[in-house]
Amino acid sequence: MWNKILEFLHIRKKPQAAAKSSRLQTAEPEVRPDYDEGYSSESNTIIRLVSPKKKNPSVYQVTGIDDVASKNNWKAWLYLAPVIILISVFLLYPLVNTIFISFAENYQYSTGRFTGITLKNFGEIFGWTKINGTGTEYFFTKYAIPNTFIITFVTVPVSIALALIISVALNSIKWFQKVLQTTFFLPYVTNAMAVGLVFSVLFDQHGIINFLFKTDTIWIYGAERWTAMIPLCFYIVWNSIPFKILIFLSGLQGIDKQYYQAAQIDSCPKWKVLTKITIPLLSPQILYIMITSFIGSFKEYTSVVSIFGGPGTMGKSSTEKNMETIVFYVYDNVELGNTSRAAAAAVFLFVIVLIFTFIQMKVSKTRVHY
Amino acid sequence: MENTRKYIDFKNVKINNNLVLSIEESGKSADAIKKSDKVVKIITTVLTYAFILVLAVGVLFPFYWMIITSLKQRNEIIQQDQTFFPTIVMWTNYAYVFEVFDFTTYMKNTIIVAIFSTAGTLITTIFAAFAFARLKFKGNDVVFGIFLMTMMIPGEMMVISNYITVNALGWIKDQTITKAFAAMIVPFMVSVFHIYLLRQNFKQIPNELYLAAKVDGKSDWDFLWKVMVPLAAPTLISITILKFMGTWNSYVWPNLVTKKDEFRLISNGLRGSGFTDPDDPTRIEYGYQMAASVCVTVPLFLLFVFFRKYIMKGVGRAGIKG
Repeated sequence: MWNKILEFLHIRKKPQAAAKSSRLQTAEPEVRPDYDEGYSSESNTIIRLVSPKKKNPSVYQVTGIDDVASKNNWKAWLYLAPVIILISVFLLYPLVNTIFISFAENYQYSTGRFTGITLKNFGEIFGWTKINGTGTEYFFTKYAIPNTFIITFVTVPVSIALALIISVALNSIKWFQKVLQTTFFLPYVTNAMAVGLVFSVLFDQHGIINFLFKTDTIWIYGAERWTAMIPLCFYIVWNSIPFKILIFLSGLQGIDKQYYQAAQIDSCPKWKVLTKITIPLLSPQILYIMITSFIGSFKEYTSVVSIFGGPGTMGKSSTEKNMETIVFYVYDNVELGNTSRAAAAAVFLFVIVLIFTFIQMKVSKTRVHY
Repeated sequence: MENTRKYIDFKNVKINNNLVLSIEESGKSADAIKKSDKVVKIITTVLTYAFILVLAVGVLFPFYWMIITSLKQRNEIIQQDQTFFPTIVMWTNYAYVFEVFDFTTYMKNTIIVAIFSTAGTLITTIFAAFAFARLKFKGNDVVFGIFLMTMMIPGEMMVISNYITVNALGWIKDQTITKAFAAMIVPFMVSVFHIYLLRQNFKQIPNELYLAAKVDGKSDWDFLWKVMVPLAAPTLISITILKFMGTWNSYVWPNLVTKKDEFRLISNGLRGSGFTDPDDPTRIEYGYQMAASVCVTVPLFLLFVFFRKYIMKGVGRAGIKG
């Protein structure tokens, strides 16, 4: 029996040639009916052959992976069990639960008790409703949201543009390309906290930046909110560029050289080659980077902690949380035990991320040139 | 030089006009144009290199400054005129850091957490990817679709409820080191993106191998471990390294779920330690801080030096830390 199956396999490898000289088809036509419905061993079906009567009468072939894959329902679920359990407990349940908490009234996280469904939590974070009847909170609307949006709309375009220019330049050079490529990748393999500390030293009042530019600005500790944004953005751009360069470079190396040769024959100026050939052909990578870095910078948190050490420019003990981002607000409130407000802020972030993802998906359909 | 190249706008040239080649019109020979092209090329090359080198220096400067500062005396760090090389090399900074900053404990914690969460991730990932790539079952596409959709959810959504879950499992109150490790490891034993990555890799393994294994009477289990896993080794190595780097960098979750300093990971230790002057606790000693930063960065660099290919390949495909 197995011999026959191997013969079929052989036919599949060279369908055309085999079909022409197929013994099975011409010499032994009476054998065929046995295999039309497939071969079933005692364990299970593994191979099914497409009947010559049904589809392509001249070629025997084993169909796609679906027919080769074993069809063992319970075994498959057994393989998936650990992942499904972990994902349901630590991914799907939390998602539903967080949304639920954000709408629950007087939720107690230790007991799970709540008194009703309400929009009060959202009112509290936006400063519309009083917290416990005492006062309103303004950190979220005054600092967390504006800071997050400033960081996003400054660092994402700057880092994408810079990464694009660097990767085009890197792609065009001949000597030391690998070395320089590795150099630009180095910021990726660092510890975020360590580098944050380095940046706070660089931007110290007696630090090298003030020395080089002959200024006496306070950048970090006790700084103004807008001044403190500058080292923060520098750090984020520095930290996020390596990944972008890596993706852009692999995209650039995949572009067919013929386009550039054609441009050369037409003696097309360099900037035109860049805007009319390189960028359009790189648009899938650019879109991918745009989506990931938009979402990433909405979730900025580590950079703030690593440079400032706390939610504000006064470090850990800041009462005025002027460097807070949305995610920082979430974590801060989890730590303080204000679970409901943290959940409401997290849901707010989730909605923003979803909206941006969908906008970019829509844009990609009309603008990306593949 | 640009004026040596003039182009004929073919759309506006009438048929009966004489076509004149640009070379003749400009009055320059082909050799002259070639020469000027060469000059332009050299200039652009030089400019490109200058641009890249300037930026490369900018990228490397923080590293340089970290090392230099870690070897400086306190007075030299805060003096008006900054020096680009320490006048007195202070190795004692490192000795002091190893004394006050419990580097070995943090390192040990980080490595234990990294090993267990990586091993857990690898096992769950291999099983799930195998099921999705090789086994046919009802709801294959639906389950995989749900998995992929979870990648769109920001992790911050999960932190709140996971904290509650971990708390309910009793891993936070009266914390022992085992409980702390469990809280740091278990929620991170699964990664949807890695499942996706490995599934793509498994799918590329030709069906003939599977059939050959079947002919030899091998079970699915044997096929998975004897054929598929060895063939997907590069991807698995990439996943391992990225997971390790992720643990090395993880800050938020360990900070949230650990209640004692000696259970924390290296990033928490680095940010949490004061590194203040022993005589004046309000003054931060940048020299010590930078020395500790160097200690935390060096292991990652070593990893990068040895596994550069896998890291860059893995990051290129995965694109997320951890």
